[in-house]
Amino acid sequence: MIGIQPIDQYARDISDEKQHSVIDGSSAGTEKRYYVLHKDYPDPDKLRKLAASIKDHTLNHLGDYLAKAEKSLTERGVKVHFASTDEDARQTILSILRGHGVSQLTKSKSMAAEEIHLNPFLIENGVECLESDLGEFIIQLDGDEPSHIVKPIIHKNRREIARTFQREGVATDYNDDPETITRRARVHFRKKYMEAQAVITGANFVCADTGRMVLATNEGNSRFGMAPVPVHIALVGIEKIIPEQKDLAVFLNLLGRSATGQQLTVYTEFINGPRSANQPDGPDHMHVVFMDNGRTDVLASNCKEILRCIRCGACQNVCPVYRQASGHAYRSTYGGPIGAVLSPILFGKRFPELADLPKASSLCGACNEVCPVDIPIPDLLLRLRDKAKREEIPSAGAIPMSPFAHLATSPSLWRTAMTMSKAMNHLPIQVAPIKPLQDWLGQRTLPESHGGDFRKWMKNRKNASG
Amino acid sequence: MSRAAIFAKIESATSVLKTKVPYPDYDMSLVHSAPKLEGTDLWEIFSRNFSAVNGKPMNSVEQLIDFLKTNNQLRGYCDPALYDSIGGALAAAGLTVETEYDRERFEDYQFGITRATGAIAESGSVILDDYKTSHRLAALSPWVHVAVVERSEIHRTIPDAIAAFGDSPNIIWCTGPSKTADVEGILIEGVHGPGEQIALLR
Ligand code: SF4
Repeated sequence: MIGIQPIDQYARDISDEKQHSVIDGSSAGTEKRYYVLHKDYPDPDKLRKLAASIKDHTLNHLGDYLAKAEKSLTERGVKVHFASTDEDARQTILSILRGHGVSQLTKSKSMAAEEIHLNPFLIENGVECLESDLGEFIIQLDGDEPSHIVKPIIHKNRREIARTFQREGVATDYNDDPETITRRARVHFRKKYMEAQAVITGANFVCADTGRMVLATNEGNSRFGMAPVPVHIALVGIEKIIPEQKDLAVFLNLLGRSATGQQLTVYTEFINGPRSANQPDGPDHMHVVFMDNGRTDVLASNCKEILRCIRCGACQNVCPVYRQASGHAYRSTYGGPIGAVLSPILFGKRFPELADLPKASSLCGACNEVCPVDIPIPDLLLRLRDKAKREEIPSAGAIPMSPFAHLATSPSLWRTAMTMSKAMNHLPIQVAPIKPLQDWLGQRTLPESHGGDFRKWMKNRKNASG
Repeated sequence: MSRAAIFAKIESATSVLKTKVPYPDYDMSLVHSAPKLEGTDLWEIFSRNFSAVNGKPMNSVEQLIDFLKTNNQLRGYCDPALYDSIGGALAAAGLTVETEYDRERFEDYQFGITRATGAIAESGSVILDDYKTSHRLAALSPWVHVAVVERSEIHRTIPDAIAAFGDSPNIIWCTGPSKTADVEGILIEGVHGPGEQIALLR
């Protein structure tokens, strides 16, 4: 099958509408980030180099810092758990919930939870689990997957959302005004927050010195989820540790600006224990689950720099391949440049199945330039391509560069491929022996290929910019 | 079991490193944003940055009463510790002010007035924490949240505010009203938390 790899298939099949949503959303993010960062700092490069070295230092001494964080949290009445694998993490969380008799909870956006497919698991086990981030909630209603780290529904427009709300009974009629959509969600959630018995969150950072974990949101959903419930569980990747509270100044200043062009997200919450005795609201019990799930393998690999990642999404916004293909093309929790590195190695044993991702880059270097922790993503992609070669992974060896990039640079090849893509609709990709792809396809079918959409888009774009 | 396995794997990954990156010795002024810090009066700097994120800084109780009346937010909660200085004046002006927050009636409160632990001038954030907030929900569920800020508790920079964390188990910085841009990148305020965030100077 002429070396066409799954990511190219997606890039090709994405609808015009979806692609416009992704391009508009990601380019707006890039511009805002650039403007804000450079307005506020004469030399933002210094700051991100500093952030990189703090992260590297922590990762080089991760055992010490992780133990210190555990101790700090335990001393403050937090129960600390460890989970080696995704299955361990799911079971640990389930048993905590059962221990507290929880049957209903809300969950704020957590990439770690996405990574282990926590939500469907809990629902299967009889725990009602509501995503409270507006974007994630819509994803949940649609049985979809987030396509961007920071803007999970970057690929959807208001009309689709309004239809979903009507279909799922969040609203009784169709209304696609964004303000109305938001108000309806507000009403829907308030009851749920008050009924819930627990909240699950991720964490953006955990300070080893005091155990203080940081949650950054704009909507206030994790804050609201936490205020009325007795149990808080935080699922945290072990790479989220930083040495001291004072280092937060570096990371928070970079995170908001890189993610959404804000100095700080609206709510930055610092938590290191159950509510204080005088406080009537808030959890009596706090659990932190530190999860490995492949991270220690990454730490031992020649791509360990990727563990510096603070999940800001800036590399996705700026990446030409991401913009054209959308996050779903990466077929795993993490899309874009970060995903092209992290997904194949994080899901280590699955490397062969995602080995096309590191090739889905023109190595233009934009991702490294915007990365707030200076991750040399293009270098890491090359190392992974090399790994694919050494391990003789067949699909990766078929074509020397990403067929997408290859095709995109040759108009005649592109046209041929486009004509052929109609035939691609009949590819039995659902039955392909690709585990992550099967998971991903569990709830959906591939969009039909409308060969030529991309060319049309390119042409429009050229016209628009010329 | 998982714990030991994880630590063992970390050990084997990091013990082979020939060099380890030392903890960088850095100067906090590197993270200060000069344009954000322009000015001398901390309340003024705060007000500018807080307004830029659609927060509403206010200097007087009269201003607050005016705002609540104009926006038809007539019933709410006030921390009993603030009743003499603020809540009483609101009641005298005809607003309904409760000093007990009843969770069962959480939808009844249109405004909530609680004490802030401080503010950050550089970022335009109000700081709340478990010790000084009488009810987390009262600061969160009403459409209007009024954080009462003492002038002496305004920190100049983000690092200053971090250095002042203390031992409260829950601290939260509110940098404007709750918002989302999930739907087509269009900014909408008041998603889950307050749609109006006010800082009242005392
Ligand atoms: S790799 Fe860098 S730019 Fe990309 S999400 Fe992570 S921190 Fe952000």
